[in-house]
Amino acid sequence: MTVKQVSVFIENRQGRLGEVLQVLKDNNVNILSISLADTTEYGLLRLIVNSPEKARDVLLASGFSSMLTEVLIIKVPHVSGALQNILDLLAKANISIEYMYGLSVETKDASIVVKTNELKRACEILDKGHIETMSPQEIAIL
Amino acid sequence: MIWNKEAECMSQDEKTALQSKRLVELVKYVYENVEFYRKRMDEYGIKPSDIKGIEDIDKLPYTTKDDLRDTYPFGLFAAPHSDIVRIHASSGTTGKATVVGYTQYDIDVWAECVARCMSMAGVTKDDIVQVAYGYGLFTGGLGAHYGAEKIGAMVVPMSTGNSKKLTTMMVDFGATAIACTPSYLLHLSEVLRDEGMLDKIKLKAAICGAEPWTEKMRSEIEQRLNISAHDIYGLSEIMGPGVACDCQYHEGLHICDDHFYPEIIDAKTLKPVKDGELGELVFTTLTKQGIPLIRYRTKDLTSITREKCKCGRTSARISRFKGRSDDMLIIRGVNVFPSQVEAALVEVKEVTPHYMMIVDRDNNLDTLEIQVEVDKDYYTDEIRGIESLQRKIAQVIQGALGISARIKLVGPNTLKRSEGKAVHVIDNRKLY
Repeated sequence: MTVKQVSVFIENRQGRLGEVLQVLKDNNVNILSISLADTTEYGLLRLIVNSPEKARDVLLASGFSSMLTEVLIIKVPHVSGALQNILDLLAKANISIEYMYGLSVETKDASIVVKTNELKRACEILDKGHIETMSPQEIAIL
Repeated sequence: MIWNKEAECMSQDEKTALQSKRLVELVKYVYENVEFYRKRMDEYGIKPSDIKGIEDIDKLPYTTKDDLRDTYPFGLFAAPHSDIVRIHASSGTTGKATVVGYTQYDIDVWAECVARCMSMAGVTKDDIVQVAYGYGLFTGGLGAHYGAEKIGAMVVPMSTGNSKKLTTMMVDFGATAIACTPSYLLHLSEVLRDEGMLDKIKLKAAICGAEPWTEKMRSEIEQRLNISAHDIYGLSEIMGPGVACDCQYHEGLHICDDHFYPEIIDAKTLKPVKDGELGELVFTTLTKQGIPLIRYRTKDLTSITREKCKCGRTSARISRFKGRSDDMLIIRGVNVFPSQVEAALVEVKEVTPHYMMIVDRDNNLDTLEIQVEVDKDYYTDEIRGIESLQRKIAQVIQGALGISARIKLVGPNTLKRSEGKAVHVIDNRKLY
């Protein structure tokens, strides 16, 4: 199952990240995970939040270029090699990972946020391999 | 040395008589050969016979760059295409270039004028002249080239873009003069210094133009290279480089006013101002055949004196330029209008037409950064998406301006919105 990630374009300027977070705070959006991909000039902020549509709307209304992207949140057991097994499964199916970052939700498992090509097929492969992904409903109550 | 004493030192009376005769012929010539001028003069109710001498010039309407754009490409040509032997072009205010054409006679006059200018800088047939302006549609390279050849100097057509080769040849050939933009010459002086070649050069004069510069820059160039640096002025609409240049006394630029009649006007009221007062420079091309222009507004701000110079020349002189009456920028010798950037950005749907141009000088070379706001509805969640957008804009801008620019994307609504007239340019170069 896929969930929606909020992506925000920000130019590297002091205080810009804080402005994004302020908008989310003012609108009671809870951030579960955050990743910042950056070059010397730009940052791409990727967020997993409890209410992605609302987050996107309030950011747009505040003048930030933001969008929703479908990603996978894959549960990874706290055992050595668990992540490797999952990635191996995807690699063997010729699915490439565009980016990934961690998500921590105080349960017995860790999770990773993964953006791949062919998301639908990636889901099927994970399901077949009995690897759990998180649903939007699970995210919403966090 | 004075190249053409007869023309450059003639008495005021002789000159007025010559300018009058030429103006009368010119007005008749354009009325008969250029539909645009015929219509415009008819609109103003002026017949060629109303113009009896140079004192009648203010009866004639002005010509602007917009008129050239509206008649693109050849609408203002007076000579038949079979008589045109050369085309040059410069930036227009929007997508279309400003195109000019020359007959063989025009090319000869041009070479004559550049020869006069280079002679002011002391260039003779014994000199080796490196021409480091761009060759091509830009008038700089070929204009300087033909003038130096006319003098009989040994011309090295370097064009632009290879400083290392230029400095090597400067030393190996023993070049004694160079024609290039002043900022590029400052840059070259640093290359020479860094390579430890400063004491190996034989340079004695530089003919610098195509961009505004200051007295401070001149003394810096002269000191660094131990040469005499001269300011050559021109614009493609009128001819190209060689319309005016300063002599060894550097007290203003001598205009070749037997070919180009200068006026200074108030840019707002369009009325002539007195000699010595600041205003916009206007030229009438008294002898041009290809694309003669009547009272062409250069938008360059300067003042004029008609007093005889210590050098013996009687030609009218203009002071160093004090700015522009429009928003044109000259970046790396290329004319750039902010409106060109705006027109180019409209084609890129991912960005808004809000932009800011930041012009600066790094290591004596002009730099241009254009900050562009991404559209609120533009989205990518990958760095490579942003980078490809940046490249796409850079290509569009390069195509529109003819020079490269560093593109910086900024978030929606982050560029300052000005009240009233929009400010699109920050120029940190202090050129005037």
